[in-house]
Amino acid sequence: MEGLKNNPIVKAIGTQRLVAFIALIVIYLAFGLLNNKFFSYATIVNIFDASYYIGFMAIGITFVIATGGIDLSIGTVLSCSALMAGYLNVSKGLPIVPTILLCVAIGALFGLMNGWMVSKMKLPPFIATLGSMMLSKGLGAIVTMSQSVTWKSSTSEEGWYRNIFRINSQSGVIVPTGFILLIASAIVMAIVLNKTRPGRYILALGSNLEATRLSGVDVDKWQTLAYVFSGLFAGIAGVSYASIYQVILPGAGSGFEMDAIAGVVIGGTSMSGGNGTIAGTMIGVFIISVLKTGLPFIGLNTAWQQVATGLVLIIAVFIDVCNRRRKG
Amino acid sequence: MEGEKVGNVILKMKGIDKSFPGVHALKGVDLEIKKGEVHALMGENGAGKSTLMKVLTGIYSKDKGSILYEGREVAFTNPKEAQEAGISIVHQELNMMNHLSVAQNIFIGREMMNGKIINDGKMEEESRKLFQKLNIDIDPGEIMGNLTVGRQQMCEIAKAISRECKIIVFDEPTAALTETEIEGLFKIIRDLRKKQMGIVYISHRMDEIKKITDRVTIMRDGEYVATLITENSTKDDIIKGMVGRVIYEDPKEKSNVPTDAPVVLKVENLRAGKMVKDVSFELHKGEILGFSGLMGAGRTETARALFGADKKDGGNIYINGKKVEIKTTKDAVKAGIGYLSEDRKRYGLVVEKTVAQNSTMANLEAFSKGFFIDKGKEAKTALEYVKKLKTKTPGVDQLVVNLSGGNQQKVVIAKWLIRNCDILIFDEPTRGIDVGAKSEIYHLMSELAAQGKSIIMISSEMTEILRMSDRIIVMCEGRKTGEITIEEATQENIMYAATKRD
Ligand SMILES: Nc1ncnc2c1ncn2[C@@H]1O[C@H](COP(=O)(O)OP(=O)(O)OP(=O)(O)O)[C@@H](O)[C@H]1O
Ligand SMILES: [Mg+2]
Repeated sequence: MEGLKNNPIVKAIGTQRLVAFIALIVIYLAFGLLNNKFFSYATIVNIFDASYYIGFMAIGITFVIATGGIDLSIGTVLSCSALMAGYLNVSKGLPIVPTILLCVAIGALFGLMNGWMVSKMKLPPFIATLGSMMLSKGLGAIVTMSQSVTWKSSTSEEGWYRNIFRINSQSGVIVPTGFILLIASAIVMAIVLNKTRPGRYILALGSNLEATRLSGVDVDKWQTLAYVFSGLFAGIAGVSYASIYQVILPGAGSGFEMDAIAGVVIGGTSMSGGNGTIAGTMIGVFIISVLKTGLPFIGLNTAWQQVATGLVLIIAVFIDVCNRRRKG
Repeated sequence: MEGEKVGNVILKMKGIDKSFPGVHALKGVDLEIKKGEVHALMGENGAGKSTLMKVLTGIYSKDKGSILYEGREVAFTNPKEAQEAGISIVHQELNMMNHLSVAQNIFIGREMMNGKIINDGKMEEESRKLFQKLNIDIDPGEIMGNLTVGRQQMCEIAKAISRECKIIVFDEPTAALTETEIEGLFKIIRDLRKKQMGIVYISHRMDEIKKITDRVTIMRDGEYVATLITENSTKDDIIKGMVGRVIYEDPKEKSNVPTDAPVVLKVENLRAGKMVKDVSFELHKGEILGFSGLMGAGRTETARALFGADKKDGGNIYINGKKVEIKTTKDAVKAGIGYLSEDRKRYGLVVEKTVAQNSTMANLEAFSKGFFIDKGKEAKTALEYVKKLKTKTPGVDQLVVNLSGGNQQKVVIAKWLIRNCDILIFDEPTRGIDVGAKSEIYHLMSELAAQGKSIIMISSEMTEILRMSDRIIVMCEGRKTGEITIEEATQENIMYAATKRD
């Protein structure tokens, strides 16, 4: 065990990320062994489908968690922006391209508001985003008069947008384009977090806000940016959700943020700020979507998915805590 | 002064006034810095030294007064402006991003770029060059949080120096440094002086002031007292200016503990981690037992293991002859042991709470009625100890974070005194504390010992060890390497034991 821990490859990946990755493989194989039907291309597509909206949200919120903050609003911002934009498209005839852009913009706007409240108004992130969680939930319902919105179907004139996340070709073969998009976004944002100034300042201020400020860094700006990323990706998640599931119920998104946060934490980002790993986040997200997709295969309903995610979360963080304690 | 040419005035602060709610921190302070001089800023805890420097660097705004920098009137509104104008500061408190690497810390705010991408390799290379020039042996790729406090401090110094600057302020840079690190720092400072930089040097250590500075500006209670030429003034002149009286620091001649004093604490073969290897000692009633050694000798680790703050790997502890199991800090406090941590910000205080709340933290039961805290009693007791220890605070409702370093330490001492512990472990009790407050704390410790309390005092200052201890334990690399009575103790035989490696 000691030898393994000092292995350079293990060191580079990070113990918790490695453990999470192994857990992902083990969980996947376990479902397959319990029910052979699980090992199919269709299932993989299902896993992917379930991963998009959580994945996009999780990428964004990784930045906020790296600042030592939290964003509780992303779930309801997802449904709010998908409701508003979808409503304008379906009922008011807004063309699909501006609709999609609007959906993302609404998310970013909520992020900007959250960032402003945290960095300028000095509200605790928990409170600020709790407020905008309720706000976005309510606003979404008000705009659609508490009705659900059904985004256009594939067969309609503007239905091509659904191909962004999944191409159902005539021959019946499904191409999960969303997966490519998600991974591409993850790579870009991993570079932003680790290799560019905005990312560096976000990590720095998450580690020690005062020290970063004294180093002459405009901490307010970068703290705000983290929340903007979070909101923006909640908006993108809204598009992906609408594209996969079509029907948006008012308030559908509440609770989604918890899946995203769990994914981030399982992946090895600590809630106290200063570090963050997009690769880890992606592993965490896939663990959650494998559980979501797999449990019905062995005859357990979605309530069990919550139980399983909770357990994985606790175990993953516990392993990390033990590791750190041993290091001293 | 060491002969280098001292140039013209680069900075002139005049009549600087600054108030915080309830505190008039600066009352018309003057300070003049010339090119190529090392200028000491001295004063007791809370005199306003750090505040003056924070006004200069744009962290605080001044209420009154003028700052002339290179002949121009300036008023920086944030640290970035000051930095861009060429004024760098090494803060008293460490200001590090623990999760980032050393190089990333040094270049924060001015990263080297490859287009839009940060060039970490280049930054590490530059840091390595910088360290080489400064003779510091630290890996720039290491995560900051993994370094010792002393090394973090060296990084912070390197960071300040690496900026293009004309004035550099060191606010108590040596508090966490070892002797060799201090020597290294002095070499660096002499080089900076040669380059015609203006250097402000804040320290409570008189020998450093004599050694490295050209002039001294003395402050007392937020007021300007005088500016002296270091060479032409004695230690006593400076101290007199700071406190308005003369204080002598003579070593103790003989132990104050009667030979038949009972053993209150006996530690047998204590082992913990890599830093505590089979340490055994006895502590007598009314004794001050000094723990000497170089940084990293394992003294703090011994204290922490004894106190139940870290896990023990073995060993027995007896209190008043009875064997006790100390697994947690709660067990230790129950057994009557109090621990005053060396890093009071991190372990000793809850700085966002008031003086009163901190004072009663370790003994809240005594201040509670059922579930409720008796605020009146808490305030009364806290005030009593503020008076007893002469803590400088506008009131017991002041947040501890707003007190100066030395006064924070007094709050920690009050906390354990209120708890009424019989065995007190003082870990570097006067680090960062001015001479006036120091002598008060010494007085207090002697008084406590005379009252029958037993004290373990960990200290890296030789004069402090020789002045306070009745007996001295010396450690080196986790082992006890010497036990010396005060009658026999000399700087030489302590140093000899402190460097006795395998
Ligand atoms: N932000 C603040 N709010 C309120 N009071 C403050 C604040 N900063 C400093 N003070 C008060 O101003 C006075 C001067 O403090 P300062 O930190 O400048 O002292 P110092 O000379 O640096 O002392 P030390 O040697 O202990 O570091 C103290 O009484 C302190 O309590
Ligand atoms: Mg100070």
